[in-house]
Amino acid sequence: MITVEGINKTFGDNHVLHDITTTFEKGKVNLIIGQSGQGKSVLTKCVVGLHDPDTGSVIYNGRNFTEMDRKEKVSVRKEIGMLFQGSALFDSMTVEDNVMFPLTMFTNMTKKEKLDRVNFCLDRVNLNETNALFPAECSGGMQKRIAIARAISMKPKYLFCDEPNSGLDPKTAIIIDNLIREITYEYDITTVVITHDMNSVIEIGDTILFIHNGRNWWEGDRTSIIKTDNPEILDFVYASDFMKEIRASMRASRS
Amino acid sequence: MKKNTLNLAVVLIILRNIGKYMIMLRIVFSRPEKWSVFRVRLFEEIQRIGINSIPIVGVMSVFMGGVIALQTASNMDSPLLPEYTIGFITRSSTILEFSPTIMSLILAGKVGSNVASEIGTMKTTEQIDALEIMGVNSLTHLVLPKILGSVFFFPVLIIFSIGLSLVGGWLSLVMSGLASTETYILGIRSWFEFGDIVYALTKGVVFAFLIVSIASFYGYYSKGGAIDVGKSATKAVVTSSIAILIANFFLTQMILL
Ligand SMILES: Nc1ncnc2c1ncn2[C@@H]1O[C@H](COP(=O)(O)OP(=O)(O)OP(=O)(O)O)[C@@H](O)[C@H]1O
Ligand SMILES: [Mg+2]
Repeated sequence: MITVEGINKTFGDNHVLHDITTTFEKGKVNLIIGQSGQGKSVLTKCVVGLHDPDTGSVIYNGRNFTEMDRKEKVSVRKEIGMLFQGSALFDSMTVEDNVMFPLTMFTNMTKKEKLDRVNFCLDRVNLNETNALFPAECSGGMQKRIAIARAISMKPKYLFCDEPNSGLDPKTAIIIDNLIREITYEYDITTVVITHDMNSVIEIGDTILFIHNGRNWWEGDRTSIIKTDNPEILDFVYASDFMKEIRASMRASRS
Repeated sequence: MKKNTLNLAVVLIILRNIGKYMIMLRIVFSRPEKWSVFRVRLFEEIQRIGINSIPIVGVMSVFMGGVIALQTASNMDSPLLPEYTIGFITRSSTILEFSPTIMSLILAGKVGSNVASEIGTMKTTEQIDALEIMGVNSLTHLVLPKILGSVFFFPVLIIFSIGLSLVGGWLSLVMSGLASTETYILGIRSWFEFGDIVYALTKGVVFAFLIVSIASFYGYYSKGGAIDVGKSATKAVVTSSIAILIANFFLTQMILL
C-alpha cells in the first residue's frame, strides 16, 4: 500500500499539484484519471521520486520515502517497476538485454537463470520470439509489452504504468489492460495506472482517483463513477455531445 | 544601467551552470553499482569514443603533418638555417600544439556532439528515468565509463597522432624533394625533451575530461524534444572548445614556463 499525504508541486510559477492526499491499495489496480495536463504524470513521478514534491510525503508500507536518503530510496526503487508513457526501452540493447538489464544489475543469478526469467517474463506478455530484436524493430504495442516484461522482471511489489494503452488500437489496449490486471492479482502487488481510456476505467478500475486542476477532485471505483453526478467527471466520462445525449436519454427513460 | 543588469544576469547563469556541473561531477564519481557491468560499459565506451576516432585522427594527422612540414620548408629561405630545422620544427609544433590541442578540438566536435546527443536522447525518451527507477545511478552508469574511457584513450590517440603526423611530414618533404630523409630524421631527434611528451599527454587527459564531462552535462540536463537535443549538442561542442582553449592557456603557463 502506498499513502500519499498532502503533496504540493510547483514548476516556477506553475502550481501543478495542490495538496494531494490519497492511497493506492495492495492487490488492486489503482487508476489515476483526468484530462491532459492536469498533473497525472507529475503526481506519479512525485510518488516514485523522479520529482521532489515541495511539501507532503509518500509512504510505502509505513516507510516514509520522501525523507529517505539516496541509498534508502534505491532500496525501495528496487521494489518498483515502471512503464513509462513512451516505453523508455534502452534502444542500444536487444529486447532480451532490456528485460535482463535489472537482473544483471541487481542480482547474482547465473546466465541461465537470468535467461529463464527473461523468457518467462516475455512469455507472460505473449512475446516469445522477439529476444534478438531491437526496440526500434518492434511495433508500439510490442514495445509497451516489452516494457511491462522489463518492469516485472525483478518481481516488483509496486507497479506504475503511465498510459499503458495510449496510441494503441482498442483490441491491443484491452489485451494490455488485462495483462496488467492479471499481473496485479497474480502477484498481489500495488498497481497504479494512469489512463485516459474509458474502456480501461470500466474494465480494470478497482479504485479511481480523478485529478482536476491538480487536485484530488473525486475518488471512487468503477461502479460509483458511472453513478456520480459530479459535473467535471461527467464532462470527462461523457466527453462528446453524443455521449451526453445518450446519458440524458437513458436518464429520461428511467424516470 | 540596463546593460549592467544584463551582464550580471549572464554571469549569474554561467555561475549557476558551473555549480550544477560540479554537483553533477560529484554524483558521476560514485561507486558503480556492479563492477562486472561497469567493466563492460568501460570497454564499450573505449570502443565508441576511442577506437572509432582512430580513422579521423589518422587522416587528419597525416595531412596536417604534411602541411606543417611543407610550410616550414617553404618559409626557410635563409641559408643560415640548417635543413634539419624543418624536422625539428615539425616535431615541436606537432607535439606541443597540433596533436594535443587541434586534435582535441576536432574530437570535441565529433565526440562532444555524439555524447551530448546520445545522453540527451536518453533523457528526453525517459530512458534515464527508467534507469533511476530501477535504482541505477544513471550518471555513474552512463557518464563515468565515458569519462574514464576517454581519459584513458586520448593519450593513446595523441601518441598515434604524433607518429602519423611525423610520417605525413616526412612523406610530403620526400615527395616534394624539399628535404632528405636523413636531415628530417636528424631534425626530429634534435633537442628532444621528454617533458614535451608529458606536456602533450597531460593536455590530452585534461581535454578528454573536459569534452566528455561538458557534453554529458548538456545532454543530461536537456529537456524537451529532438530540437532541444540538437541545441544541447551544439552547446556542448562550443563550450568544450572554449574550455579546451582556456585550459590550454593555463596548462602551458603551468607546465612549460
Ligand atoms: N519537468 C517539468 N517542468 C516544468 N513543468 C512541467 C514538467 N512536467 C510537467 N510540467 C507541467 O505540469 C503540468 C502537468 O503535466 P503532466 O505531465 O502531469 O500532465 P498529465 O496529466 O500527465 O497530462 P497527459 O495526460 O497529457 O499526459 C503541465 O502544465 C506541464 O506543463
Ligand atoms: Mg502524462
